[in-house]
Amino acid sequence: MNLHAVRAIFMFEMARTFRTLTQSILAPVVTTSLYFVVFGAAIGARITEMDGVSYGAFIVPGLIMLLVLTQSVSNASFGIYMPKFVGTIYEVLSAPVSYLEVVMGYVGAAAAKSVMLGLIALATASLFVPLEIAHPLWMLLFLVLTAVTFSLIGFIIGIWADDFERLGLVPLLVITPLAFLGGTFYTIDMLPPAWQTISMFNPVLYLISGFRWSFYESGDVSVAASLAVVASFLAFALALVWLIFRTGWRLRD
Amino acid sequence: MPAERARVPDDAAVVIRGLNKTYASGFRALHAVDLDIRRGEIFALLGPNGAGKTTLISIVCGIVHPTAGEVRVNGWDIRRDWRRTRALIGLVPQELTSDAFETVWNTVSFSRGLFGKAPDPAHIERVLRDLTLWDKRDSQMKALSGGMKRRVLIAKALAHEPEVLFLDEPTAGVDVELRREMWALVHALRHQGVTVILTTHYIEEAEEMADRVAVINNGEIVVVDDKRALMEQLGRKQLTLHLQTPLAHIPEALSRHELALDDDGHTLVYTFATRDERTGVTTLLHDLAAADIHFRDLDTRQSTLEDIFVDLVRDAR
Repeated sequence: MNLHAVRAIFMFEMARTFRTLTQSILAPVVTTSLYFVVFGAAIGARITEMDGVSYGAFIVPGLIMLLVLTQSVSNASFGIYMPKFVGTIYEVLSAPVSYLEVVMGYVGAAAAKSVMLGLIALATASLFVPLEIAHPLWMLLFLVLTAVTFSLIGFIIGIWADDFERLGLVPLLVITPLAFLGGTFYTIDMLPPAWQTISMFNPVLYLISGFRWSFYESGDVSVAASLAVVASFLAFALALVWLIFRTGWRLRD
Repeated sequence: MPAERARVPDDAAVVIRGLNKTYASGFRALHAVDLDIRRGEIFALLGPNGAGKTTLISIVCGIVHPTAGEVRVNGWDIRRDWRRTRALIGLVPQELTSDAFETVWNTVSFSRGLFGKAPDPAHIERVLRDLTLWDKRDSQMKALSGGMKRRVLIAKALAHEPEVLFLDEPTAGVDVELRREMWALVHALRHQGVTVILTTHYIEEAEEMADRVAVINNGEIVVVDDKRALMEQLGRKQLTLHLQTPLAHIPEALSRHELALDDDGHTLVYTFATRDERTGVTTLLHDLAAADIHFRDLDTRQSTLEDIFVDLVRDAR
């Protein structure tokens, strides 16, 4: 295993984050804070409790997941797309690094950034609403698994994209809608039966539900179902990345 | 499959056998390429645009998959023992690619780590000093001139102490002074035992630096030889005689010589092969005197590698 390469890629990517602190960390945290202010404090004050917690507290896990999902995809896709765009990818392709090591470096950095952002958002949320985390280790597990899984998906998007429009297409048109419709702001039993059934096909619902369960011990689906979906998603993304590197798709003509 | 080091000649750095590459579009970039590059030599790969030079380099470096054939670096197969071979190779690409916001120090250090070497600030400092980049170590790449960026790419390729260095058009777009500095650097690397393989459009560069030269055209190797042997074997010389009185045509008495009239009959040009023992110059001068043709001056010109290259590529078409 070329651990020096993993470390080099990881540190290189993290350095980019710290070089652009405003864009990488401050902007997502401010956006999430605005959600807390608008939905938590302003509108939430007029909504009764949901699942036994205040509306402001109820939306915290969903908002953190929304942030982690979008940031994971965007960080990882950007991380691998930029070397392709500026041409420095030749170095990675000619280096003695396996696909696993490349993924560990790029996806590891993207996931680390997202987890960091998720924890900062959690700390920010605690300034607005009183928070209790029933299962902190489960919370961390869901956070890390989600960050890694969606960073892998972002990595695949970054390899697939051949222009900036495509780079933004999936996060904007797929990931964000799925996150909004995955129960960030509501429980699915508030929906009409048909929409409840449709929602069950939304994988993000399971992520948010599991994550919310680790806070309040309640969710739309069982924690086992949530874990199974996250694990399946992770396995699917890993298999896809393995296939891409094996065939050289979009990387080695 | 366990790694297996093939028995190749002791002095072979890169051995290529039956290499073919056809892209998905159907374009055949390489066809049955065989090539041996010796350890510690400076090897120039010449060819017109689209000849297959960059594809050949990209395959050896692992960037492009070959369609068929075998490539070994220091005896190791590039596909089976890819970790070993890639760690041995450094590549300076043709395009000036860089992370605009990264500093020189960070980007060079990144390359060392990527190629599996532990951090070694002393080595990075040595490389940067050799390339007169030390003063720019904290500068962002976007602040550097084209020539400086080219140096950084070389520094990145040298960061992991490669044994084989590929330079794809290393002096494209750099000024004369920097070009000469790079030539000196390449010679210094050879003295350190590094095998240098360069592609270039500047034939003068190959003539100046290379020990051996290969010409590639339409994906096929046209010729491989020692530079001096190539120039002796394929080189031609021209004797130009500036006549006192212009000629309307070449007299019958001189018809056995390979002559051409130029400059409205004011100059007579005689072309001969340098490898021939009997060049025919003495006989020509004798025949000129006998035909009462006098000249006021003469000069000779040896064909350059560029002339040879143009002839080879034209003949291959």
